[in-house]
Amino acid sequence: MATQQSRSAARIMMAPAVFLLLGWMLIPLCMTLFFSFKKYLPLRGDSMANGLEWVGFANYVRFVSSSSFWPSIQTTLIIVGGVLVITIVLGIALAILLDQPMWGQGVVRILVIAPFFVMPTVSALVWKNMFMDPVNGILAHLWKFFGAEPIQWLSQASLPSLVMIVSWQWLPFATLILLTAIQSLDSEQLEAAEMDGAPVHKRFFFIVLPHLARAITIVTLIQTIFLLAIFAEIFVTTGGAFGTKTLSYLIFQRVLESQNVGLGSAGGVYAIILANIVAIFLMRIVGKNLDA
Amino acid sequence: MGQITLKQVTKSFGNVEVIPSLDLEIGDGEFTVFVGPSGCGKSTLLRLIAGLEDISSGQILIDGQDATSVPPAKRGLAMVFQSYALYPHMSVRKNIAFPLRMAKLHKAEQDRRVEQAAAVLNLTDYLDRRPGQLSGGQRQRVAIGRAIVREPSAFLFDEPLSNLDAALRVGMRLEISELHERLKTTMIYVTHDQVEAMTMADKIVVLRAGNIEQVGSPLELYKNPRNQFVAGFIGSPKMNFIQGEEAAKYGAHTIGIRPEHIAVSETDGTWSGIVSVSEHLGSDTFFHIHDTGLADTITVRAGGEIGFRHGDRIHMTPREDVIHKFNENGLRFT
Ligand SMILES: Nc1ncnc2c1ncn2[C@@H]1O[C@H](COP(=O)(O)OP(=O)(O)OP(=O)(O)O)[C@@H](O)[C@H]1O
Ligand SMILES: [Mg+2]
Repeated sequence: MATQQSRSAARIMMAPAVFLLLGWMLIPLCMTLFFSFKKYLPLRGDSMANGLEWVGFANYVRFVSSSSFWPSIQTTLIIVGGVLVITIVLGIALAILLDQPMWGQGVVRILVIAPFFVMPTVSALVWKNMFMDPVNGILAHLWKFFGAEPIQWLSQASLPSLVMIVSWQWLPFATLILLTAIQSLDSEQLEAAEMDGAPVHKRFFFIVLPHLARAITIVTLIQTIFLLAIFAEIFVTTGGAFGTKTLSYLIFQRVLESQNVGLGSAGGVYAIILANIVAIFLMRIVGKNLDA
Repeated sequence: MGQITLKQVTKSFGNVEVIPSLDLEIGDGEFTVFVGPSGCGKSTLLRLIAGLEDISSGQILIDGQDATSVPPAKRGLAMVFQSYALYPHMSVRKNIAFPLRMAKLHKAEQDRRVEQAAAVLNLTDYLDRRPGQLSGGQRQRVAIGRAIVREPSAFLFDEPLSNLDAALRVGMRLEISELHERLKTTMIYVTHDQVEAMTMADKIVVLRAGNIEQVGSPLELYKNPRNQFVAGFIGSPKMNFIQGEEAAKYGAHTIGIRPEHIAVSETDGTWSGIVSVSEHLGSDTFFHIHDTGLADTITVRAGGEIGFRHGDRIHMTPREDVIHKFNENGLRFT
């Protein structure tokens, strides 16, 4: 938007959408904030009609001092970080493979994208029952075939299993974005580098990877936002047991299992703060990359 | 050293034969230009020499050594691409230094060669910019800089000036010619612009559909084109071709006469016609003449002061000694 006029026109045009979004976001946000300062235990007879007791920051203090708080933060970060690393590394590898001319390219590309269309609940169930079941799962059979003791995936290696399931869901997304980025790389640049004496791995690190930088930041940003909130996968597989309780899962437990709305809301506010820290951090990187 | 020999080189993409068997000798230090119409296989030929495409059969020798299966980086050739192919995320300095970095040269030596190349190409002030912050001509110079720091045995240029505007093109043409004078390195230059070919080349290779039509110095091609295709391609404006009765007078199927070899007059001449368009360039005037009974249009070059207008009757006299005669296969005789 170059001129003053087009800029103010753009503002007016965007205003309705912005107000709608603000209302959409602000009302739940304000209610969460409101509850987080109240004692609100529906099973003990607290209700909006009776008036809720103001407890100040008590909920916040309790949420943080709970023994599950820091482990849940750690779990969240491990899942987000693990999935990001796996999807980006494998995504680049797959994108490079899919970019090569090969027989049946169209079909292969659709197959690669397919997992993205499977609902999280369904894919977690498929993994849990068909792959990771310690008796009947394919992986158990594979282990037995090689004479090894099958792993109790979801209890013995619960966190890696979860990372695996979620990575499987998000790999297509990363691959797709990275593939389009790779396809936009000018082949003459690679040829020039080849003539300049750069072998394959140096062409990758000096030409392809910098070209992908922007796509990688975008994948990171979008995935982080969604990964911070994964829920169905945990609910269906471990139910939060075996150290797989993430921050969002902890909040769910506080509100629905312990029926403590105030405490859960305080957790929600922490989650908002965490998400914003990540977002600011990422916006900086993306902003820098998008400017270049 | 930079002597390149192609022996019975052929190239097919799938079952499309782009280059049927071709032999060519490029001497050390020569400025060779490949010209031909679009799609005739100039770029393909250059990429075969560079090693970016595999040849289907035949042999490529560089300095007498068989280079047919040598990878591009080891052939000692540098290429300047039509799109410049600069690395967008690296500064100009890093772009130029890239081949040296890949060759693992000392940092000090890298810097010295980059500075030297930048000085030659007037890029010293732009070394810390990104390619995206340069003009077309500057990018072109960076691409050339990246080629010269390697001190290759030959340079390959693929239509390096086609993205530049006319004025810049003339300037860069001179710069490349000067560079050749200074470095005395073999250069192979692809273009479809016959003016570039005429002005820059020591040797022109005219290609048509993957075949070499003629090889020779610019003047040789101008004076003694081997066939009608070369005659029409070299020289601007194009040679006039006349068939039928008038050609038969010379015992030929077709005769060709260049616009600059026809004298014009208001009163008398061998041929006559009506001026349809006159292009005044100041130094010269080009007349496009209709209704001559010879060909659709006859183009004539005359001095800048001669002022015929649209619709005027004009008389023309060709210079008999420079009339080219072609037989029915388009080959020139005498
Ligand atoms: N990778 C390829 N696969 C199939 N055909 C190709 C390929 N590259 C080039 N060709 C064909 O080879 C012929 C020569 O192409 P080339 O690029 O060498 O032409 P050119 O003389 O450089 O033309 P221009 O002046 O337009 O650049 C063309 O007919 C083109 O369609
Ligand atoms: Mg070409």
